[in-house]
Amino acid sequence: MATQHSRSAARLMMAPAVVLLLGWMLVPLTMTLYFSFRKYLPLRGGDLGWVGFDNYVRFVSSSSFWPSVMTTLIIVGGVLAITVILGIGLAVLLNQPMWGQGMVRILVIAPFFVMPTVSALVWKNMFMDPNYGLLAHLWELFGATPVEWLSQASLTSIVMIVSWQWLPFATLILLTAIQSLDSEQLEAAEMDGAPASKRFAFITLPHLGRAITVVILIQTIFLLSIFAEIFVTTGGAFGTKTLTYLIFQRVLESQNVGLGSAGGVYAIILANIVAIFLMRIVGKNLDA
Amino acid sequence: MARNVTQQRKIINTAAAWAVGLLIFFPILWTILTSFKTEAQAIADPPIFLGFDWTLENYQAVLERSNYSRFLWNSIIIAGGSTILGIIIAVPAAWSMAFVPSKRTKDILLWMLSTKMLPAVGVLYPIYLLFISLGILDSKIGLVIVLMLINLPIIVWMLYTYFKEIPGEILEAARMDGASLKDEVLYVLTPMAIPGIASTMLLNVILAWNEAFWTLNLTAAKAAPLTAFIASYSSPEGLFYAKLSAASTMAIAPILILGWFSQKQLVSGLTFGAVK
Amino acid sequence: MFFKNSLYAATAMSLITAGGAVAETITIATVNNGDMIRMQGYTDDFTAKTGHDVEWVTLEENVLRQRVTTDISTKGGAFDIMTIGMYETPIWGANGWLVPLNDLSAEYDAADILPAMAGGLSHEGTLYAAPFYGESSMIMYRKDLMEKAGLEMPKAPTWEFIGEAAAAMTDRDNDINGICLRGKAGWGEGGAFITAMSNSFGARWFDMDWNAQFDTEAWANTLNFYKNMMDASGPAGYATNGFNENLSLFQQGKCGMWIDATVAASFVTNPDDSTVADKVGFALAPDTGLGKRSNWLWAWALAIPAGTQNESAAKEFIEWATSKDYIELVAAKEGWANVPPGARKSLYENPEYQKVPFAEMTLESILSADPQNSTVEPSPYVGIQFAAIPEFAGIATEVSQEFSAAYAGQQTVEEALAKAQDITNEAMEAAGYR
Repeated sequence: MATQHSRSAARLMMAPAVVLLLGWMLVPLTMTLYFSFRKYLPLRGGDLGWVGFDNYVRFVSSSSFWPSVMTTLIIVGGVLAITVILGIGLAVLLNQPMWGQGMVRILVIAPFFVMPTVSALVWKNMFMDPNYGLLAHLWELFGATPVEWLSQASLTSIVMIVSWQWLPFATLILLTAIQSLDSEQLEAAEMDGAPASKRFAFITLPHLGRAITVVILIQTIFLLSIFAEIFVTTGGAFGTKTLTYLIFQRVLESQNVGLGSAGGVYAIILANIVAIFLMRIVGKNLDA
Repeated sequence: MARNVTQQRKIINTAAAWAVGLLIFFPILWTILTSFKTEAQAIADPPIFLGFDWTLENYQAVLERSNYSRFLWNSIIIAGGSTILGIIIAVPAAWSMAFVPSKRTKDILLWMLSTKMLPAVGVLYPIYLLFISLGILDSKIGLVIVLMLINLPIIVWMLYTYFKEIPGEILEAARMDGASLKDEVLYVLTPMAIPGIASTMLLNVILAWNEAFWTLNLTAAKAAPLTAFIASYSSPEGLFYAKLSAASTMAIAPILILGWFSQKQLVSGLTFGAVK
Repeated sequence: MFFKNSLYAATAMSLITAGGAVAETITIATVNNGDMIRMQGYTDDFTAKTGHDVEWVTLEENVLRQRVTTDISTKGGAFDIMTIGMYETPIWGANGWLVPLNDLSAEYDAADILPAMAGGLSHEGTLYAAPFYGESSMIMYRKDLMEKAGLEMPKAPTWEFIGEAAAAMTDRDNDINGICLRGKAGWGEGGAFITAMSNSFGARWFDMDWNAQFDTEAWANTLNFYKNMMDASGPAGYATNGFNENLSLFQQGKCGMWIDATVAASFVTNPDDSTVADKVGFALAPDTGLGKRSNWLWAWALAIPAGTQNESAAKEFIEWATSKDYIELVAAKEGWANVPPGARKSLYENPEYQKVPFAEMTLESILSADPQNSTVEPSPYVGIQFAAIPEFAGIATEVSQEFSAAYAGQQTVEEALAKAQDITNEAMEAAGYR
């Protein structure tokens, strides 16, 4: 049992992290809250006074608001689904005996090291461009008309790009989880004549539950705020405006800091709803 | 017979895994290849895979135009500095959470993670104003602090999950032997935690290196890291695929190499408590 | 020894025109366009002349705008010189954010700046940014393809002719598109093009009471004409093509015609980059007979944010970069076709420059653009491809996103215009115009 002494020592050790993060959260949050109630237009002279809840009403009643929430959820959901499913497949595959396992692993995790701006630029120009892109050449090779990725399949394209970046992360975590699976259990099941699909469904998958939760939690945190991928590829056109992007447009392109700040408050609320939802699941799983 | 089957399976596994691996890696490979082409070859129809005249002219052009070493140096300082600072702050916090848990430990942990969900764009003006009044706009120290704060929740959590896996009995045994708190941390815990700390640092370096919103918006000339370097090569006038590829390769190469050398470490460490 | 040194220093001082005896380091934010990159290469010449060092922050246009706007509106002071355009300058100047450039030296000859450019970069008669280069827009076309189609390009064609010619020049089997135009979302990309085009169709953004005008027939005509022509004769994915995408398409010989910035003329006629360098002809931007052509007016200019520590050094830089000497320096090293165009009268009076094939048409295009009277029906705003009010950039970017979605076939032209109407009125109400 921890003593009183070590409890206070523990509090002391936790203090710097907690205080710093509290400051990092509270200072901008307070300023954002303050701005959200002001008519703050930098190009029209700055802070023009109190406007009550005007900004909040205006932000939500804008025709772009609900579509942007939907877009956000679609991107987050789409990327999560793809990375988790493909990640499990890849983890299972990489866990098999093979030649050059280390090398393959290096190839698979490489996208994780690429800056989001770079990967968006590379995908946009060298793969998805309808005239010069490799995908266009590939389509032409099979006699098909090249897809205009970023306009006709804009959301799909962004989900593809972001999934490519996050697949390595999911794969890595799932792979370590699979490696910790008791191989005797699997062998015993094989001896009993359980087919591969059953072994996967009843032994491997349940064992991965915890890892999947972790992947979902961490990726969601990062995915809710993706920005560079949209900024570089579509600039928010073709229905790819996420809530984050809408705030960017209000604050920087329209130079309406008050309105954007109100949007920021909404984004915090959305993030917290997602967070509470996630923590329900994770909280349980983390205790186990 | 059985041996043949496993041999056969191994061949199939190898083929499949390599095919998938190369597919995933291909965009990076293509970027690297393109960086050695001329601009005209970079957009050739049909695309040229290997049979082009290898040239270094893009790298020359990029080096001539931009002060690459300064961007690189800034990236190293910012990513490295924020990582070290973050670890110094995170290790004690994670330690106390893991070994002296209270009822509120998990709430604190999850609250920390939730601070990461603040949309950066929404607080750009407040932070920018703050940076001006503190006089740390376009300074490396400012970015080190911001990136440290951004990644702190993740590294606290990653370390916490590590420390939790260290069996408590060892600590109790040490305490029985009369080890002080300091000894406990220094001689018992640290050696066991070093692999975890190493992979946490690695992850933090990667995340800090690739952060492109704050590093771009809070810098001008002096502290601008490689993310700003890239912003001067995306969509200029005229053909640019080859030069963009060269710049991209230069921006990602250091971190890619670091990642490859330490991938074993990263693979074994990146669990976030997923393994139990 | 001491004497000698101070003597040198004194000589050096007298050489420097506007004070600034101490060597300083100035930070310049600029866009990664070809002419600016070239300027960056000549920095040594400036340093040799004045002793000041220069730190360059070269960014892609969208990032640059975001960066400098944040900095100037918070008085961040991260830059000593910012590269801005004709849209920002009058607005920022009016806010007192820029250092007035009314005390430039006599040898700089500010009166030599083309009046159209100086006018667009001033607020109430005071110059706030010096043009590095200026542009209008015009038609660049392939003479060989035009001939093959059995047509002849008039000097001042109509949109009707352009539509017919585009259809005639299109050769899908050989990957030749009759016409390439901007469709990319963004107020400075497709937004600028369609706004300039709409002027020639008799449309305008606002009526005299600042009501959005997207419900008018003129706008429907503009968008329908554009979309029909581009669907029939434009390149694949034109809804995401901006200046740069079209430039490389044209240079690769995949466009019959391209209507865009006059500065592009030097890129498409440069044999190093362009496969069609010797086959390009030029004509004025088209009209529909209503009295306005569809050419715009723009300048990339250098401005000094108020409050900078290095004001005098910054002024020296601006005087250097936008001077007649700089133009001659570039001409001597890279040829007259590559000098920054469209800023100075004297350039167009220079017989050497008059030999450049696109010089005359560029000047004529610039001279025919009138930001004060850009629309057929009267409008309350200044600007051709933009309305010089702070809200415009935000609104026009959203509006052009709706247009691009219509080009890509995600919605109809009518839907896009209806949304544009709502977006604009909503924003204008929020800003307190209506």
